[in-house]
Amino acid sequence: MPAPEQRRIIFQHIDEPGYTNDIDCYLRNGGYEVLKKSVGRKPEELIDEVKKSGLRGRGGAGFPCGVKWGLVDRKSGKPIYLIVNADESEPGTFKDRYIMHQDPHQLIEGTIISCFANNVKQAYIYIRGEMPEGARILEKAIAEARAKNFVGPNILGTGYSCEIYVHRGAGAYICGEETGLIESLEGKRANPRIKPPYFPAVLGLYQCPTIVNNVETLCQVKYIADVGGDAYAKIGTPNNTGTRIFCVSGHVQRPGYYEFPAGTITMGQLLNDVCGGPLPGRTFKAVIPGGSSAKILRFGERFKGKRKVGAEMVDYDWGVEDVPMDFDSLGMIGTMGGSGGVIVMDDTVNMVEALANINAFYSHESCGQCTPCREGSLWMKKISSRMVHGDARPQDGALLKSVADQIPGRTICAFGEACSWPTQSFIAKFTDEFNNYHEAKKQPKPAAANVLV
Amino acid sequence: MNLKPETFQRIDEVITHYPVKRSATLPLLHLIQEDVGHISEEAITWIAQKLELQPINVLEVVTFYPMFRRAPIGRRHIKVCRTLSCALSGGYKTCDTFEKEFCTHRGEISPDGEVTVEFVECLASCGTAPVVMIDEILHEKVDVTKAKQLSAQIKAEAAARK
Ligand SMILES: Cc1cc2nc3c(=O)[nH]c(=O)nc-3n(C[C@H](O)[C@H](O)[C@H](O)COP(=O)(O)O)c2cc1C
Ligand code: SF4
Ligand code: FES
Repeated sequence: MPAPEQRRIIFQHIDEPGYTNDIDCYLRNGGYEVLKKSVGRKPEELIDEVKKSGLRGRGGAGFPCGVKWGLVDRKSGKPIYLIVNADESEPGTFKDRYIMHQDPHQLIEGTIISCFANNVKQAYIYIRGEMPEGARILEKAIAEARAKNFVGPNILGTGYSCEIYVHRGAGAYICGEETGLIESLEGKRANPRIKPPYFPAVLGLYQCPTIVNNVETLCQVKYIADVGGDAYAKIGTPNNTGTRIFCVSGHVQRPGYYEFPAGTITMGQLLNDVCGGPLPGRTFKAVIPGGSSAKILRFGERFKGKRKVGAEMVDYDWGVEDVPMDFDSLGMIGTMGGSGGVIVMDDTVNMVEALANINAFYSHESCGQCTPCREGSLWMKKISSRMVHGDARPQDGALLKSVADQIPGRTICAFGEACSWPTQSFIAKFTDEFNNYHEAKKQPKPAAANVLV
Repeated sequence: MNLKPETFQRIDEVITHYPVKRSATLPLLHLIQEDVGHISEEAITWIAQKLELQPINVLEVVTFYPMFRRAPIGRRHIKVCRTLSCALSGGYKTCDTFEKEFCTHRGEISPDGEVTVEFVECLASCGTAPVVMIDEILHEKVDVTKAKQLSAQIKAEAAARK
């Protein structure tokens, strides 16, 4: 079956010739009309639209946005904050930067609508430090929006006021984790907070109720406020509504970003039809479907079970190519849709070396608060990099696994899971490659192989 | 603290963005590092005073975040992405090329003082790997040839300045 057509909702104007990131261009394309419409409605109605839409967060966890908004403590009398998570630091993910650079007003409109719906008077956009240009573009866009009375005091004469400020990170991945982000925004080290009690919806920024949403999620909210929750829920598949942006990188002919209704495209269609298949003379070996912490899939493995289609339970028997790209299907086969970052590896890649690269990332980025995560991520890096650069032993795979197995469930934040899943899944699926690495490394490498660590 | 007048202005402005002064720690560190080039001992005490904190509160932030540095670096900062998608596309070769072109090693200032080459983690442009940030500009698909071109450009600019 050929791949379906892309449906660009969030990326409608990305890379469009002549489309610029200033407010005039945005207004010419119908910009801020949804905001004008929305501030005439009751905030509860807007929250209801988001609930009906089934929108799931695009930052990684896929948590229903309407449910998240429903958890906000509105009785405390404290101000409610909204934070835009623009940290975009999960390896393999590169969608939010395009939105902020090329269509910043889409994000600002979505943010203000979300603030209005939740009675938020102050929002912050937490953008990663390595995006100085993005921060400048957003600041300029906010100033433009303020000059037109879309942001700031008494928005569009409604009596409702809301300010947005841009806050820059400084190169730490853990600032993407929402409670680490909040600590960072408070001017501290980004050490994540323990939940309970520190659920952002109750005890977030300055111990006030706080909503943290990803950039793309808030753009989706703008679209939902426009078309309505019911219409939005018809896009994609039940429980996986709306479009998803896939960021494809690594060994395909046409890496890039592609937006499709969720669940309507399979991994095989995405990689072969949309991305042009493997590089000449190579074959696909493995793929990480949702950012570097998602569990890896090996081409050739099969997944069997029962799943719900409509009201019925039907059998499925999928190869990697057959898996529909949505949260639930990817979850069913033991991995996750995460942030939409699809990293592809072909037959030139040695899995021990690829894992050593990933492990170096996680050990660099652990915040260091929890012993299992700090020490575990460090030892996984030491062992895998020793295998590559020093002596490898047949028992190293088992050793790595034993370290990885002792981390998840024993840490303050989900980084513990994130850093152990690559090791666990690489070793489970490429056991032989780990057991035989000491032999394999004596052989010449494929000419096209790149150094990975 | 010796800073440009506009830096002082921006510092005072940014503090007003937050209901709690301490939140301005990262913004102040960015502004001072952009002005001076690195974060000195003096800057740490100055920020602490400005935000009514203890110097340790600022120091612990400086040491946590990779982008803040305690010492000067070369005139240009070349950050090469090290993470998986870039490595799969030859990021390590890109980094080696910059090191060779400027006779330097990762993390050190080149002998001519022109550059500091460094590995950094995923720059969120994995689809156009390998990527490199030179100062504040992102360069995409930087293979060996392009790394040599970028190096030549930096050298030409350095020669023009002299
Ligand atoms: C280690 C770690 C890193 C994360 N990095 C990001 C990130 O870079 N960007 C992001 O939007 N969410 C990231 N998240 C998810 C956030 O914690 C949070 O769930 C998300 O911002 C919620 O927004 P959403 O519901 O709109 O997806 C990360 C989570 C963890 C555990
Ligand atoms: S799991 Fe890791 S990153 Fe998360 S709080 Fe613990 S040490 Fe920090
Ligand atoms: S891996 Fe290099 S930009 Fe993401």
